[in-house]
Amino acid sequence: MVDIHDADHADPSRRDFLYIATGAVGAVGAALVAWPLIDQMNPDAAALALATVEVDISSIAVGQSVVVKWRGKPVVVRQRTPEEIEGVKKVALGDLIDPIARNDNLPADAPATDENRSAMSASGAAKGKEAWFVMVQICTHLGCVPLGQQGDFDGWFCPCHGSQYDAAGRVRHGPAPENMVIPVYSFETDTKIKIG
Amino acid sequence: MLRLAVLGIALAIAAPAAAQESGQGGAVAAPTHFPIKEPELQRWTFAGPFGNFDQGQLQRGYFVYKEVCSTCHSMRLVAFRNLSQPGGPGFTDAQVKALAETFKIQDGPNDQGEMFERPGRPSDHFPSPYPNPQAAAAALGAAPPDLSMIAKARGIERGPLLTVVDFFTQYQEGGPDYIHALLTGYQDPPPGFNVPPGGHYNPYFNAAAVLAMPPPLTDGAVPYTDGAPQTVDQYARDVSAFLMWAAEPHLVERKRMGMMAIIFLVVFAGLMFATKRKVWSGVAH
Amino acid sequence: MDSHSTYEPKNGAARWLESRLPVLGLVHSSFIAFPTPRNLNYWWNFGAILTFMLAVQIITGIVLAMHYTPNAALALDSTESIMRDVNYGWLLRYLHANGASLFFFAVYIHIFRGMFYGSYKAPREVLWIIGVLIFLVMMATAFMGYVLPWGQMSFWAATVITNLFSAIPIVGTTVTTWLWGGFSVDNATLNRFFSLHYLLPFVIAGLVMLHIWALHVPGNGNPTGVNVKSKDDTVPFHPYYTIKDVFGLSVFLILFAWIVFYIPNFLGHPDNYVAADPLKTPAHIVPEWYFLPFYAILRSIPNKLLGVIALFGSIAILLFLPWLDTSRIRSAVYRPIYRQFFWIFVIVTIGLGYLGSQPPEGIYVIIGRILTVYYFLHFLVILPVIGIVEKPKPLPASISEAVLAKNGHAPAVAGAK
Repeated sequence: MVDIHDADHADPSRRDFLYIATGAVGAVGAALVAWPLIDQMNPDAAALALATVEVDISSIAVGQSVVVKWRGKPVVVRQRTPEEIEGVKKVALGDLIDPIARNDNLPADAPATDENRSAMSASGAAKGKEAWFVMVQICTHLGCVPLGQQGDFDGWFCPCHGSQYDAAGRVRHGPAPENMVIPVYSFETDTKIKIG
Repeated sequence: MLRLAVLGIALAIAAPAAAQESGQGGAVAAPTHFPIKEPELQRWTFAGPFGNFDQGQLQRGYFVYKEVCSTCHSMRLVAFRNLSQPGGPGFTDAQVKALAETFKIQDGPNDQGEMFERPGRPSDHFPSPYPNPQAAAAALGAAPPDLSMIAKARGIERGPLLTVVDFFTQYQEGGPDYIHALLTGYQDPPPGFNVPPGGHYNPYFNAAAVLAMPPPLTDGAVPYTDGAPQTVDQYARDVSAFLMWAAEPHLVERKRMGMMAIIFLVVFAGLMFATKRKVWSGVAH
Repeated sequence: MDSHSTYEPKNGAARWLESRLPVLGLVHSSFIAFPTPRNLNYWWNFGAILTFMLAVQIITGIVLAMHYTPNAALALDSTESIMRDVNYGWLLRYLHANGASLFFFAVYIHIFRGMFYGSYKAPREVLWIIGVLIFLVMMATAFMGYVLPWGQMSFWAATVITNLFSAIPIVGTTVTTWLWGGFSVDNATLNRFFSLHYLLPFVIAGLVMLHIWALHVPGNGNPTGVNVKSKDDTVPFHPYYTIKDVFGLSVFLILFAWIVFYIPNFLGHPDNYVAADPLKTPAHIVPEWYFLPFYAILRSIPNKLLGVIALFGSIAILLFLPWLDTSRIRSAVYRPIYRQFFWIFVIVTIGLGYLGSQPPEGIYVIIGRILTVYYFLHFLVILPVIGIVEKPKPLPASISEAVLAKNGHAPAVAGAK
């Protein structure tokens, strides 16, 4: 077989530079090609532009909930009872597992007071909207849909792994680590809210 | 007023797809090869390696489509949101939202299980003028083709030699050239040619000598606000460009990326060639 | 060749693996140390290019399948949502669709390379036959892939090609109904085509491994057709041919990029952007360009069964090429008469391709018949006869002698210090 080293009689530093440059350009090319293959799995333009959902709340009585589908997820719209509201207002922030509001209408570090969880936080909300409550009804543990008005805290109980939430959707008993998420929504009129 | 007039004309007779059925006009020396006349090639801003859509032209084209074409033709694959995406007509998000709201979109079912109408949103697709092709056919005589991909679904015959040339000159505008020629190509039939009822003579039509679509454009029919000439030729040009964008909304992005890809590959191939020579330099082969 | 050659694991982990699964040694002996004739020209790049294109098709195909819906009502819409909404979807689809064309372009060059240099001759008959099988599976895969967008050409291609099987006597109709899963090409057909279109590339990949295995038993042929006689005739595959293959590939990719980014619909047909309509056949249906020569052969025979037999025969005859060519000399470089007929055959094939794209009328039919007859004559008469009557030019004594003669050196031991 022909001796490989015969090929190497050129100036070694120039040769090394050529090899390194070629290899580097090839590596950059491979990396650039990888990106479309990865990015194609992200939500596409149609999913990103997905419509907002409007809910007519005029027929939801005190103590009643409706669940609508938004971005494929269940969103509960509930008019809470005075007892429920009273109950959650009494809870001290220090007693909560997760003291953060987890409300997409508010800054990321807003505290999890009931005011920051209820419809008072939504844009267009007039005074006295604290009975209204809108939340993505998905357990923050592993994504199951908790059952409403069950458990020890007058709120939600997740049948999968036993997490419990209060009437403001705040986690009160593990294993869930965080309060359930409040989506972006606003009051279009007094009786109509728009989610998303 | 204008819309109504156009609608009236359009409803009166039928649409291009009807041609095969209603086509094959009169007795005198019926031509057998279509189109009878080959389209003239136009200059398009989106042709060639540096091609780019002219935003003003796409906006004008959209209005021509909306005022004229959309009374009969659907464009179901295009959404309002596309009108503001990069490389397109360049409407703003606010304009698109306002524009979408002028359309009624069927949605539902609601809590009562009934379908209802609501104002359009940017995420909605362009609504179709007829609920289904059968309804369009019943109203117009034949279902007009959907225009979403029409600029890629039509072309012109180039023959073997020009096809080879086209590979190097990157000629890909057969669709818009054909549409422009068709829209501007209505004329009186040659003497002795019997145009069947409901047909319109057009030597540029690619399936017969007559087609069912009446001449859709007239001078001044669509008001332009940017000073562009309000002529049939300009309307046809603008709507052809718009249809090309609708069929290939990522055309500009594609050509930009292509330029980078080819420059990269040429550099890489050059480096590989140098490397290959270096590696082989001591070995006769 | 020698599969347990010179590989020495360089570290403990490699030694550990090598003693349990000698895969590193296999890669080393097959793609690094593998002794390769030093005189391979650029026509020998296409094996690597084809392997690369198979990988491109499989990767882009898997990704497209994440977004595509194999349902007659949704296929076109999902294809268009890939083109419009999926991130880089337009790029992936154009890569895949034009990648198929470039794959065939490369495979045709590869096949003609094999014909010119007699790469099918003993002891490489099995290598050649596996290659023909790869070509057949490629054709099936490409055809089924073309059906998936469910445009007019998709639909009518599916109808026409599946109807080929209706030419089979007695059971023809039963077979086509079975292929369709109904009484015409419909949703059931589309769904099974998608399933098979996803499966067959992996069959190709398996055949490619056999192809490379069968290549590495006798080793590469070379432009002289003379066997490797000494170590002076070869260089190790790496870096000599790895680098040369990547260079050839990068030039090929410029062509690929030109098509994908600038003329992505040049090789397609406008009618495939029209939704499938079972009630209306397009005026001129033509297959994709890579099927045109075979399509022309099918159409030149005015009898359904015989036409189908000719179509399949024109591919099947390649399987017998190693025995139809009676010459003892491999390379056309040393076969003055065969070389002429080789180029005539290339022109005839291209001519058939052109005729396949033209309407089957008038003069086209007559020329098509002449070329079809010639196509078969080439294999059945011309090749066997030339092999007997031709007087070959003198062969070089060895590869290194041929190389040095070409480079104007006196025959001496190459590369020696």
